[in-house]
Amino acid sequence: MPFSDVPTIEAVKLTKQYGSFVAVSGLNLKIEGAKCVGFLGPNGAGKTTTLKMFTDLIRPSSGDALINGINVHTNKKAALASVAAIIETPEIYPSLTPREGLSMIAEIRGVPATEIKKRIEEAVEEVHMSEWLDKRVGRFSKGMKQRINIASTLLSSPSILLLDEPTTGLDPRGMSEVREIVKSLKGKKRLIFMSSHLLSEVSEICDEVAMIDHGKLLVYDTISNVTSKFSGGANLVEVELQHPIDPQLVTQRIAKLSNVNSAEQTNDTNLRIRFSGGLDTQERLLSDLVKMNIGVISYRPASSELEGVYLNLIKETV
Amino acid sequence: MNKTETNSNNKVPSSIAQVGISMKYTLLEYVRSRRFLIMLIITLLIAALLTIIVAWRRPEGFLVSNLGFYSSWWGLSVTFVIILSGIFFGGDAISGEFQNRTGYFGIPNPIRRSSIYVGKWISAFLAATSIFLLYAVITIANGIYYFGSSGLPYQFGYSLLFAWFYLAAVMGVAFFFSSLFKNSTYSILVTVILLLFGFNLISTLFSDLVGIEPWFVLTYGAGIIGNILNSPYPLPKTVTITPIGHNRTFTSTVFAASIPEGLAIIGIYFIVTTILGLLVFERKEFT
Repeated sequence: MPFSDVPTIEAVKLTKQYGSFVAVSGLNLKIEGAKCVGFLGPNGAGKTTTLKMFTDLIRPSSGDALINGINVHTNKKAALASVAAIIETPEIYPSLTPREGLSMIAEIRGVPATEIKKRIEEAVEEVHMSEWLDKRVGRFSKGMKQRINIASTLLSSPSILLLDEPTTGLDPRGMSEVREIVKSLKGKKRLIFMSSHLLSEVSEICDEVAMIDHGKLLVYDTISNVTSKFSGGANLVEVELQHPIDPQLVTQRIAKLSNVNSAEQTNDTNLRIRFSGGLDTQERLLSDLVKMNIGVISYRPASSELEGVYLNLIKETV
Repeated sequence: MNKTETNSNNKVPSSIAQVGISMKYTLLEYVRSRRFLIMLIITLLIAALLTIIVAWRRPEGFLVSNLGFYSSWWGLSVTFVIILSGIFFGGDAISGEFQNRTGYFGIPNPIRRSSIYVGKWISAFLAATSIFLLYAVITIANGIYYFGSSGLPYQFGYSLLFAWFYLAAVMGVAFFFSSLFKNSTYSILVTVILLLFGFNLISTLFSDLVGIEPWFVLTYGAGIIGNILNSPYPLPKTVTITPIGHNRTFTSTVFAASIPEGLAIIGIYFIVTTILGLLVFERKEFT
C-alpha cells in the first residue's frame, strides 16, 4: 500500500549474508503508526545491519525492506523521501560549516529555498549548536557532530526516523536533550525506529520494543506486553513516597489491590509492586495508590524488568 | 518544541538537480581543503621552476621557435600537472566516503548514488580544471614574454583541448580506483603507481622492447598533447637500430599516436573508467 498516510516500515524475509555468516536471517517485522519502537539486541545481533538495509547503505541478500510500502532498493528516492536517518555516526565534509552541511541535506530533500535558512537555524537551536553554525565541522568533537546529525533529521519533517544509537558519543546532558527531542517527535505523527544498547533509554522513550539476536527477531510488542509475557506474567513498578509508610498498609491493602501480585517495601519510603496486566492496569494502580493518600511522589516502571526480559530472551538464543 | 515542524510536503528534486547540489557542496569542500592549497603550491612551484630555468639558462630547445617553446614547456610538464590533479582530487573521492564516513551523511537520503558520484566527479574535475587553467595561463604568459602575443601558435589551442580531455580521462581512472577501495591510502597509492609509473612502464615494455604499439595505454594516447606541438607531426613508428658491438644491435621502436587514435584512447578511458567506477560505487556496501 504505497503512499499510505500511516507511516510504515516493513521487513519481509529480510536477509543479509556475508559468506557463511548470516547477519540478518529472514526478518519479518512490520511497524506502523506514529510511535517509538526500540530495537534491542546484543552487539552483532543485526540491528545496524537491518537499519542499513532500510537506508541503502547495504543491500539485502534476499527479502525486501519497505518504507510506506515502497522498496528501498528498487525505488530509493521515493522510499526515503519520508525518512530521516542517523546510522552510526555520520561525518559532514570537514571544510563545510553546519549551515552548509545542513543546506546540502535540505536541498537534497527538497526543502523550499525560502525556508532553508529558517529551518536550519531552528534545527540547530534545537540541538543547542547555534553558536557553532558557521564554524567548520572538522574542528568539532564527536558529540557536537552527533548534535548536527540530529539537527539534520529535523529539517524536512520526515514521517519516519531511523536512529541507530542516536545518543552515542554524547555527554549526559546531550543524551538527555536527544531523548527529549525524540520524545517530542513521537507526538507529531512520527514513526521512530531506534536501536539502542541502553534499556533504560528504550523504556523511557519507546512504546514498543523489537528484540533481535543472531539476526532473528525474538519478540515485537508493546513494552508492557513484553515484560508481562516474558517475566512470569508480572510487571514491576517502583513507587517513591514522601513519608515512611506503615508496613501493614503495604501487606494488607496495597498487596491486595486488584491485579497486584506482590508488594514489598525496599525501605521506609520506597515500594516495589508486581502486577499483572498492561498499561491500563498500571494506570489504575497509580490512581488507587494516590487515592490512598500515602504521599506518592514518583511512580515508574522498573527498567530492570525490561532488562530481565532482555537477558532471558538473549540467553535462550545463545 | 520542534519549531521546524511544517505541514508542507517537500518535493524531492530531480536526479539531475541533485547532481548540481552534490557538485556545489563537494566543490566547496575541495576549494577550501588543504589539498587544493597544496596542489596550487605544487603547480606554482613547477611553473616557477620552469620560469627561472628558462630565464636564467635560456635553453635552445625553448627559445629557438615559438612552437618549440610551447612544445618544451607545455608538452614536457602539463601531463604531470594533470596526473597530480587527478590524484589529488579524484584519488580518494569515493573511498573517502567510506573511510571518513561522509557517505553515512549523504547516502541515507532520497538521492541516487549516481547523483552523488556524478556530482563529485564534476566538482573534482572543475577543481582540477582550475589548477590546469592556472598552469596554462602561466605558460601563455611566459610564451608572450618571449615571443609576443602573435607567437601563440594555433597548435597550442589544440594541445590545451587535448590536455583537458586527458584530465577527464585521468579523473575517470582516479574515480574508478577510488570506487574499488574503502581505504583512501590504497586507492591513492594504486592511482599514483598506475598513472605515474605503471602506464609508462607498460608502454615502454611493449613499444621499445617488443615493438608492439601500446594503443591500450592511456599515457600513450596522451602523447598527442605534446605531439601536436611538433612540426612536422612525429611519424607513427620510428625504429632505431643501435650497434652494441660483436655484430650485435639493439632495436628500439617509438610509436606516436595519431590525433584520432589519441582522442579515441582518451575518450574510451574516460567513458569506460567513469562508468565502471559508477557501477562499482552503486554496489559498494557501507559495512
